[in-house]
Amino acid sequence: MIEAQQLVKRFHDKKRGAVCAVDGVSFTCRPGQVYGLLGANGAGKTTTLRILATILAPTEGTAVVAGYDVTKEPRKVRSSVGFLSTATALYGRLSAREMVEYFGRLHGVEETVLQRRIDELFGRLEMNDFRDRRCDKLSTGMKQKVSIARTLVHDPVVMIFDEPTLGLDVMAARTIVRFIRECRDSGKTVIFSTHVMSEAEKLCDRIGIIHGGKLLAEGTLSELRERYGPRDLEDIFVKVVEA
Amino acid sequence: MSLRNIGIVYRKELTDSLRDRRTVISMIVVPLIVMPLLSVGALVVFARMVGQAMKEVPAVMILGGEDSPHVRAELERLTDVRIVPTQLDYESEISNKQIRAAVEIPEGFEAKLAAGDPSTVKIYMYENDLKSGFGADRLQGFFRELRDRTVREHLEARNLPQSLVRPFDIEKKNVAPPEKVGGAVLGGLVPYFIILLCMTGAMYPAMDLTAGEKERGTIETILCSPVSRTHLVLGKFLMVLTASIATAALSLLSMAGSFGIAKTLLTGVAPASADSALHISITGKAIVSIFFIVSPLAVFFSAALLATSLFAKSFKEAQSYISPLMVVIVLPAVAALLPGVELSLPLALVPVLNTSLVGKEIITGTYHWGYIALIFGSSCAYAAAAIAIAVKLFQREDVLFRT
Repeated sequence: MIEAQQLVKRFHDKKRGAVCAVDGVSFTCRPGQVYGLLGANGAGKTTTLRILATILAPTEGTAVVAGYDVTKEPRKVRSSVGFLSTATALYGRLSAREMVEYFGRLHGVEETVLQRRIDELFGRLEMNDFRDRRCDKLSTGMKQKVSIARTLVHDPVVMIFDEPTLGLDVMAARTIVRFIRECRDSGKTVIFSTHVMSEAEKLCDRIGIIHGGKLLAEGTLSELRERYGPRDLEDIFVKVVEA
Repeated sequence: MSLRNIGIVYRKELTDSLRDRRTVISMIVVPLIVMPLLSVGALVVFARMVGQAMKEVPAVMILGGEDSPHVRAELERLTDVRIVPTQLDYESEISNKQIRAAVEIPEGFEAKLAAGDPSTVKIYMYENDLKSGFGADRLQGFFRELRDRTVREHLEARNLPQSLVRPFDIEKKNVAPPEKVGGAVLGGLVPYFIILLCMTGAMYPAMDLTAGEKERGTIETILCSPVSRTHLVLGKFLMVLTASIATAALSLLSMAGSFGIAKTLLTGVAPASADSALHISITGKAIVSIFFIVSPLAVFFSAALLATSLFAKSFKEAQSYISPLMVVIVLPAVAALLPGVELSLPLALVPVLNTSLVGKEIITGTYHWGYIALIFGSSCAYAAAAIAIAVKLFQREDVLFRT
């Protein structure tokens, strides 16, 4: 479960001065549900998700993730979250197995459990052919699989994806989409950000449209259609943003 | 404070760094191969050059002296110079290194000697040319001996005692053991190299583990883990410290070995002055003491470099911050090598310079325990401050996510 409550994030930028990247964002995302945060570049998606993953601290407001407050118990939040984005790269000089092992240990997974889980994940994601290959020698698709295994190694109850398919080819993107669905089906709480409308339409149970740091509209796709008129999500998005 | 988490981060960083070519070069290859080659190699080459120059029988030219046949004949009988036929363009001959020196015997030299009239013998040489210097020295030696002999003969002829012109002798006695004399010459270089290598050993891992992580996009990955940022930075810091200390330890070992090799290579080859410089013996006690005194400096370097590199967005940017820092570190280390710069209370508080100075003393076998304690204490304080800054910076979002 994720409950964002009036999240605000301000920071100082040399060129732009004081910037409010997230401005009073509130929403709820339930287990077994995929919540899509839809917005253009610079809308505040990444900052919101980084706050939920406790990589950034909110200036105001708070969020409760998996029952833990992001401002009060950030380490417990991180223990319950799997965070994947295009910015979360792999250690090139570690092998696929070493990479996943490292994060399992950092999450405090007990050694025998860790080895069992790694074997299971590597089998499920068909990674055994390259388990001992260095990450910098892997293809984009292979790297994505290692990242997925890294986020799942501690069996988190909440998954946060920040534009996970950005820059990926069709096959690698499909792996990610399939993985998000599997997470939802296994009862995890899933939030993901994108600016690709088709992806949001395919995957999301609820959609939040974010622009200029504010959450302008929120609901299921049918609720949004009902409220704003057009059938197409792209048209709904434009209508909301321009309004 | 979870030592387990720090240990996990440290082990991963160690594995990662040992697979990084740049770190391995700065941590292992430079102290074990490059520094001995540069320091001892240069010394061996120089000593061999000096030795060869001394072995050469220099070609010299006699100008004038036709009316002083005895002096000329004596010069021609010398075995440590080779007299070549006189030519008018002796200066260009010296410049072109065809001959090493020339001596001009003034007109009526022998007659003036007999009469006790003053005269001047001129020796022509090429300043700063080693072989020319040796040629001129031998000629000067001959004429100095001739002058002394002439004085003796004049005194005997007048029945005067020798002590008239030399009423007493002055004798300088060295009380310093040979290793201390050598230590004064080369001892300062040892801590200087160790400090320098401590810094270079820490440099690449510090940049790689901070700016390098930002550049490769792994910083956000690691920040997703539940490990606290303090534990993360301490794990990274320990890795940088390992690299720094390993570099220093390997450089100490390689220097001890290199001096042994240099001594063997130069025995009987080098001139006496170089021999005394090589009489530097690095004792086990000195090695342990230097290591002890340099260790807080290694901590200071590791933390300072980590904090500095953390500001950078990329490896390249980190290099541009650290290069000027290198000068700031090297200058005080070099200052300790300057003659007359001695340990004093104010200097004992100047980071780097204090360690370099006390290291120089330790190498020569002098242990000022008061200064050693003060320097160790002050270095620990600087190191603690640098670690605190690094930890603090690692908590700052504007530093970690600088765009």
